[in-house]
Amino acid sequence: MGAWAIAVHGGAGVDPNLPKERQEEAKRLLTHCLDIGISALRSNLPAIDVVELVVRELETDPLFNSGRGSALTDNGTVEMEASIMDGPKRRCGAVSGLSTVKNPVSLARLVMDKSPHSYLAFSGAEDFAKKQGVELVDNEYFITEDNVGMLKLAKEANSILFDYRIPTVGTCGARAAAMESPLQMNGLPISVYAPETVGCVVVDKEGRCAAATSTGGLMNKMTGRIGDSPLIGSGTYACDLCGVSCTGEGEAIIRSTLAREVGAVMEYKGLNLHEAVDFVIKNRLDEGKAGLIAVSKNGEVACGFNTTGMFRGCATEDGFMEVGVW
Amino acid sequence: MGWAIALHGGAGDIPHSLPPDRRLPREAGLRHCLDVGIAALKAHKHPLDVVELVVRELENYPHFNAGKGSVLTSSGTVEMEASIMDGKSKKCGAVSGLSTVVNAVSLARLVMEKTPHIYLGFHGAEAFAREQGVETADPSYFITPENIERLKQAQDANRVQIDYTQPVQKEATDAAATIPNGDSQIGTVGCVAVDSEGNLASATSTGGLVNKMAGRIGDSPIIGAGTYANHLCAVSATGKGEAMIRGTVARDVAAVMEFKGLSLKEAAAYVIDQVPPGNAGLVAVSSTGEIATVFNTTGMFRACASEDGYSEVAIWDSPLK
Repeated sequence: MGAWAIAVHGGAGVDPNLPKERQEEAKRLLTHCLDIGISALRSNLPAIDVVELVVRELETDPLFNSGRGSALTDNGTVEMEASIMDGPKRRCGAVSGLSTVKNPVSLARLVMDKSPHSYLAFSGAEDFAKKQGVELVDNEYFITEDNVGMLKLAKEANSILFDYRIPTVGTCGARAAAMESPLQMNGLPISVYAPETVGCVVVDKEGRCAAATSTGGLMNKMTGRIGDSPLIGSGTYACDLCGVSCTGEGEAIIRSTLAREVGAVMEYKGLNLHEAVDFVIKNRLDEGKAGLIAVSKNGEVACGFNTTGMFRGCATEDGFMEVGVW
Repeated sequence: MGWAIALHGGAGDIPHSLPPDRRLPREAGLRHCLDVGIAALKAHKHPLDVVELVVRELENYPHFNAGKGSVLTSSGTVEMEASIMDGKSKKCGAVSGLSTVVNAVSLARLVMEKTPHIYLGFHGAEAFAREQGVETADPSYFITPENIERLKQAQDANRVQIDYTQPVQKEATDAAATIPNGDSQIGTVGCVAVDSEGNLASATSTGGLVNKMAGRIGDSPIIGAGTYANHLCAVSATGKGEAMIRGTVARDVAAVMEFKGLSLKEAAAYVIDQVPPGNAGLVAVSSTGEIATVFNTTGMFRACASEDGYSEVAIWDSPLK
């Protein structure tokens, strides 16, 4: 019998000027989610149940960009997507274009378990949700004041492209510093980019890996835009060897089929988890910016990113636990 | 080392007894589309242009499951999807849930070239189509009598059909009422091409699975599943979407070439072998002009050609005359 391991993330690409309290808030949430996952693992819940449980928690909390607190489309609405994959038989489920489903990751699970398909989207997915009796809410439920403000900034940034932030506790010094070296991701200043897709990967004591990813997508995205998070092989992947969840620039993740890549180099090149993650982050992203978390069937956990920071946490059965931003 | 091209009109349980009135139009379609592709390559068109052109032709052909002639959802509607990828840059575009766009593959290309995104679906994709002024048609344009019949068969049998699945063996009376030999013999379409400089591209387009749930997305618009291209090869896959998604089929061909050092043909065979029998097929070309067409189904509508004069149109294992 092996050992369990778990990792969670709340997005790659963090504003270096993010106020300390936001960082602490994020770390508290990540710790809380790790604790939930750890409890579940100690009660012998299989990996697939644990990743769903943890991602539900991340969706429900408005802090990160998934479920409540999702980034907004250019129309000011929320369109959420998610995917989940179970390593042992590589069963998978994905959803896109959800606007009333409280927990997208759970609907993705139902697509996997209760439908003949792997991926449902938009009104078809919403109909399926109704038939399955999952919890539904108004679209307004998902929209936060913070994000309404961010959308406004994103629209302005897209037309005039310079870096500024909602003045909360920022000082002139901070703003000037931000403007001196404006970091961008996906064409938006980092402060506005809000990349905080969430995800969780788990390997349980039986060595079963699972992964799940959930997001509201890119701030100010075109309605109907699908990113990497619901795409099996790009944002999410799990097989016998590993479980992977990615975050960052969707285009870069899709072009490099990032999540699958980790599994492929382990399977076809014989690399171990850490080597695979390093290899993939160093060599597969080209100009793109992204990060990922991964576990292996041997109870290892790894994360890698080429962005400035990634909200993440990981823990293993031997008592190791770490939560970080940079 | 010159150009090479391969295209498909779908893999599946195509019976050897396929009647001429079902087989001949498809053979003719494959030949025609191959000629279009060859002419474009000879005119030094970039493989990205070539695959788009060829897939447009396949979409317009009502006998294949893409564009006009797409299979129907459980509601009797058409929801089309496609993706396209350029090997050198790995730029890609994809669309899903189209109901009025005449050429899904061209819209996928526009997503790639005219938006900051890779993938647009459903009403957002339709709105983008209108903004771009692409050719649209009334949803009824895409629906053919054969597909209305296929849907009925599938609903009677109460299952979702991989395009080619033979109708369930029922009583003789039912057999009389169905189109002879099940006529489920159409599938996803796709094209891969390489030019003499090693530029590669792939495109795939489909109406999906007969009787699919509205909103169901298959492998065709998923980069890495139905479509993939990088500096080594270009792949377009066909078959049971769910199997291709979990098997990341298109991506794995290139991965196996790169990491295991297999040739294109060996890599294609290796990957198809990992998918449960009866579920998958693919066409692929490599940067050095090799061609692979592999399937673990009864047959796959396909055609291919290379600059050295080789050309082939086939459905089952042996090339047709």
